[in-house]
Amino acid sequence: MSRQVSIPKDKPIVDLKELTEEKLAVGRTLTQRQLIWRRFRRHRLGVLGAVVVLILAVLSIFAPFFAPYDYTKPEYRHAYVPPQRVRFIDSEGNFHWRPFVYGLKYGVDEVTWQRVYVEDPETIYPISFFVRGWEYNLFGLIKSDIHLIGVERPGTLYLLGTDHLGRDLFSRILFGGRVSIFIGLMGATISAAVGSFIGGVSGYFSGKVDSIIQRIVELLQLFPQLPLMMALSAAIPTTWPPLGVFIGVVVVMTLVQWTYLAREVRGKVLSYREADFVLAAKVAGAKDLYIIIQHIIPNCLSHIIVVLTITIPNLILAESSLSFLGLGIQPPMVSWGVLLRNASNLQTIGQYPWIMIPGVVILITILAFNFLGDGLRDAADPYGN
Amino acid sequence: MPLRALGSEQQLTSFVIRRLLYAIPMLILVSFVSFVIINLPPGDYLTTMRQQLESQAGLTREEAMLIAERMAARYGLDRPFMVQYFEWIKGIVTRGDFGYSFHYNRPVSEVLWQRLGWTLLIATTCHMVSVGIGVLVGIFSATHKYSLLDNVFTVLSFLGLSTPNFFLALLIMYYLAFHVKTHVGGLFSTEYVMAPWSWAKFGDFLKHFWVPVFVVGLAGTAQNMRVMRGKLLDVLNSQYVETARAKGLPERVVIFKHAVRNAIQPIIMYLGMSLPFLIQGEVIASIVLNLPPIGPAFHIALVNQDMYLAGSFLLMIAVVLIVGNLLADLLLAWMDPRVRYE
Repeated sequence: MSRQVSIPKDKPIVDLKELTEEKLAVGRTLTQRQLIWRRFRRHRLGVLGAVVVLILAVLSIFAPFFAPYDYTKPEYRHAYVPPQRVRFIDSEGNFHWRPFVYGLKYGVDEVTWQRVYVEDPETIYPISFFVRGWEYNLFGLIKSDIHLIGVERPGTLYLLGTDHLGRDLFSRILFGGRVSIFIGLMGATISAAVGSFIGGVSGYFSGKVDSIIQRIVELLQLFPQLPLMMALSAAIPTTWPPLGVFIGVVVVMTLVQWTYLAREVRGKVLSYREADFVLAAKVAGAKDLYIIIQHIIPNCLSHIIVVLTITIPNLILAESSLSFLGLGIQPPMVSWGVLLRNASNLQTIGQYPWIMIPGVVILITILAFNFLGDGLRDAADPYGN
Repeated sequence: MPLRALGSEQQLTSFVIRRLLYAIPMLILVSFVSFVIINLPPGDYLTTMRQQLESQAGLTREEAMLIAERMAARYGLDRPFMVQYFEWIKGIVTRGDFGYSFHYNRPVSEVLWQRLGWTLLIATTCHMVSVGIGVLVGIFSATHKYSLLDNVFTVLSFLGLSTPNFFLALLIMYYLAFHVKTHVGGLFSTEYVMAPWSWAKFGDFLKHFWVPVFVVGLAGTAQNMRVMRGKLLDVLNSQYVETARAKGLPERVVIFKHAVRNAIQPIIMYLGMSLPFLIQGEVIASIVLNLPPIGPAFHIALVNQDMYLAGSFLLMIAVVLIVGNLLADLLLAWMDPRVRYE
């Protein structure tokens, strides 16, 4: 192997190859955080994932502002309207700077006797920005009725179509994303906290404590995750209010998920326990608690964040599967899984394929989080190759 | 150093015995946890049944109560929790009796065995397909690093890992039903469901069978591909590979005889670990595709609080996993002598 480096691991070592690559002034040292950031920036898919995740976060946080319609309000006359095309060029070939949609005309399918909607090129509804619409309460603090986009009545702006009650799918996806992403985030954070604590204890004290905790972890991991979550969420009473069910689902996910994080953290703690810098701290007379807080935890932190990022998509996936099967979030609360429940009937998706769009959104979200996690994992270990 | 004195055969035997002994307490704990979980839901089947009898069968409250009490006494539901648990286990161990499914009105074992076979068939097929294809594509990707196909495979593997199983199943059903216009759902076309086995039926079966295998196997294939690619890239950088090349060995021998043999180890280790993911994929996919394996029955059992059925499913899945892990460990010990010393 190459030369032995005797500098403690938690101090930055300047990688000469990187220095020449980045044309940095000789002698400047970078902190761990800077190193991680630099490595992450070079991971193109990771950056792409981060951007998409950021967009999703903004869209979810300010969902009422971006949603042109109230996601709970049914509009029975507009059931199953297909997605409306946003246009710039009208039927006469004129270009409009302001995008517009055509009005809808009702029609009846001569064969199936079902309601169909036809675009009417005669009526043009230009899309306006920052328009007044339905009232909402952002975070329960800011009362407003301003929305990013909208058209004048009786025109409609169903970007992704409507569901069986005529509710705007685009608005529902925005609000569903709030729940889905928040569940993933919360579940992952609590799992990470519980998992790191138990994993840390397990790794640091080793011996009997370690072996008992590891047996419990092994036992829980013997059950496949999703069926176990299904069985546990079946225990959530259906009489609970939506918020109670929401918390219940998070608890169920945490109960199942923490073991995986505990495993990871324990492994890391075990490897650091024997590391030179811990030995050095011990020889220098540092106490156990000081070593854990000052040396071991900061070293594990980047790792914990990476595992957390990888856990979020798993939980989003789990939530959507649970809700899809009717064992997770219950309407009137919406999540992406709840939205897809309408798409479980083959006949329905055959006639109205756009109600499968929430699945595509789930796919994009999970993909973005996976890219982000992958990029972070590569960056979190700046001294690896 | 007492172990080193033993022969290689004896080491393997002692490892096998140790692993087998370790599996026993695990089985006991797993059965207990399964039983606890199925008893978690508030209310029980008898309450539901009583209500049904009253509202639908038109019995009076007293009559319904009487029937419910008889059921309770017959299946020991009126006794303390621990007694119920021991009765359940006693039945399984001594008589192979897993309890009674209230929903299907049949013994659980009848519902269970006929479905478990399908589950194992799909899971093992997916396992073999995902390992086979995953390893081959992984080797190709690693040896053609950053080529066009490697990038295509990388993107595909990310997609495979990110698609929810149930959504993939939906998409394929949609595509087959409305674009290819074939029969979807189930494992057989309607005319073959009751027919005895024949070549035509087998052909029809294969036409349906690839759908769940694809849905369930995709994520596993993607995972195996990524692990194989990463590990092989590591190994290809090592000095013994360089030595092998320096000796003038043909590239084929360097890759398959020297590199792949060392890189394939994590795949074997994951054989046992990836089983849970296959089974859970199978559970979800079969619910959407309406297949005979345990998935739909498990779902129905949970929704209806048919607790013996749900618990037995959970138990059987866990037992399958314990056995799977055991086999993977033994395979690893057989391939890699270092494992036996642990």
